[in-house]
Amino acid sequence: MKAYTSNKYNNSFLAVVSALSRGMKLTLKHFFQAGKRREATYVNDKNYFNQTQGLATLTYPYESLPVPEVGRYRLHNEIDDCIVCDLCAKICPVNCIEIESIKATEDIGLTSDGTKKRLYAGTFNIDLAKCCYCGLCTTVCPTDCLTMTKVYDFPETDVKNMIYHFTDLTPEQAQEKKHKLEKQQQELAEAKAAALRNRTEGNKG
Amino acid sequence: MLLASKELEADNKPGQSYFIHPNEITLPENYRFFMLAVILCIFFLLMVVVPVVYAERKVAAFMQDRLGPTEAGPHGILQPLLDVIKLLEKEDIIPAKADKPLFAYAPVIIFAAVLAGFAVIPISPNIISSGAYLGVFYLLAIVSLDVIGLLMAGWGSNNKYAVLGAMRSVGQIISYEIPAGLAVLSVVMICQSLDFQEISFQQGILMNQFAGLEKETNYLFGLKALGLDVTQIGGITTWNIVRMPFLIIGFVIYFISSLAECNRAPFDIPEAESELVAGFHVEYSGFRFAALFLAEYSLMILVCLVAVILFLGSWNTPLPNIGAVALANWTTGSVGSWSGNLWGIFWLLSKTMLLVYTQIWIRWTYPRLRVDQLMHLCWKVFTPLALGLVLLAGIWRLLMI
Repeated sequence: MKAYTSNKYNNSFLAVVSALSRGMKLTLKHFFQAGKRREATYVNDKNYFNQTQGLATLTYPYESLPVPEVGRYRLHNEIDDCIVCDLCAKICPVNCIEIESIKATEDIGLTSDGTKKRLYAGTFNIDLAKCCYCGLCTTVCPTDCLTMTKVYDFPETDVKNMIYHFTDLTPEQAQEKKHKLEKQQQELAEAKAAALRNRTEGNKG
Repeated sequence: MLLASKELEADNKPGQSYFIHPNEITLPENYRFFMLAVILCIFFLLMVVVPVVYAERKVAAFMQDRLGPTEAGPHGILQPLLDVIKLLEKEDIIPAKADKPLFAYAPVIIFAAVLAGFAVIPISPNIISSGAYLGVFYLLAIVSLDVIGLLMAGWGSNNKYAVLGAMRSVGQIISYEIPAGLAVLSVVMICQSLDFQEISFQQGILMNQFAGLEKETNYLFGLKALGLDVTQIGGITTWNIVRMPFLIIGFVIYFISSLAECNRAPFDIPEAESELVAGFHVEYSGFRFAALFLAEYSLMILVCLVAVILFLGSWNTPLPNIGAVALANWTTGSVGSWSGNLWGIFWLLSKTMLLVYTQIWIRWTYPRLRVDQLMHLCWKVFTPLALGLVLLAGIWRLLMI
């Protein structure tokens, strides 16, 4: 029967008792260290790797480890600086950016870095449920208006709410801009036609 | 043998029969406390079980460097209460293929068996629900009924894990009752009584105030030959583990066996989460599960109370009288007064909570034993050791008188 209970360890009474008491001491030590808490410090803090004692848990929504400045989390588009060039949508490997541009009929000003804006963003949707957080869109952005922020906790109860709308136009305004553009283009076409007509008549005459 | 000693005692008092006809029962002077004790007992159970559940979660968390419950109330103190409310709100599901009467009544039997055990537990020098002469015997017998409930629950669930858990549980509890019973027997032999209150009085400075013990004397280590009278010194010097120092072995045997009887880790093979899901109560939900849960924690407290009463001086203070510094007198109060009751409750509960803490501490330290290791420990280590202890207790008793 010895085979069932014997093992490779020292089975003498004293050895077993001392092994058992070592285990108990270990848990008791941790119990008495429970007054200490891990601090929510950044990874380059000199104490970051020295906090070996005390409770390791952070009460997450109230405290959390700081994330790096260059962390690739939720996308944000500063629409005032966006020239609606569509580069981001083209580079996106998962096609999560949907852009519909409308040519401006009038002068709509400059971005903060002085680039002239010529297009309205009728639609600028990013589906963050599809996003793979690769950050390619932010590297191609010519005006640096599309950036990745430090926000990583943005769950939604409805997946539709994961689509972020960045346009500053309401659908009515977008429709209005479209009409204006159509009207302008119509007028331009008419003017062009008239000019062409005049030229041909002039040639005749 | 136990009965024989009682019968001898009864013989010493001619005209007084051991069995009392119900009509002959007269209420003692402090009968009010009899009813008070019943109410106190249920109140006490709930007031103790709820903090113990909370303590279990917090202690477990701290030992594992976690925080434990933090959200419900300050530091999560409302968590166990909310757990209970959650359990009561849940649907009571009885599996279609279950044996319905067995399944339905098993939690009732388990809880009743444990609650009935509290009836003979003295809480202070004059608060005891039932001061039965056969308290110890009754307690061991009634708590054993638990096994029937466990088997009913396991069999009635019609689930292989539940049956396996129940069978393991029954095998384990019945096995460990033997060393636990023998350890208790050695205390009974030292105290010559099966009455918890009498055993309690023997372990402190109030001994001579108990009817029948007026002329008794406590000697240091129980040895009359040493001639050191500690009856009025009290404190730890009159606790059973000091009256008969080998009872410390008995205490360890009883405490470890009681862990097995409660199905607590490291003897939690009947409930082994990783292999049996939850053992016999895997199919239970809602109120029935709450009853099983309450019974489990009540049993934990009950076995700790019994360990304290039998080995660690019951409701007596651990502080001895040292000359003019009468620490024992100051921390005991007088029988029947508020001070006596409050000190009694305080000491009993403090010692019990210390043991409950140890149970929790052990649970979160040791891994689970295998079935063969469990049986090895019981039959080949504890049972012979406890038998030896009984023999030793018999010899020691001869040296005490």
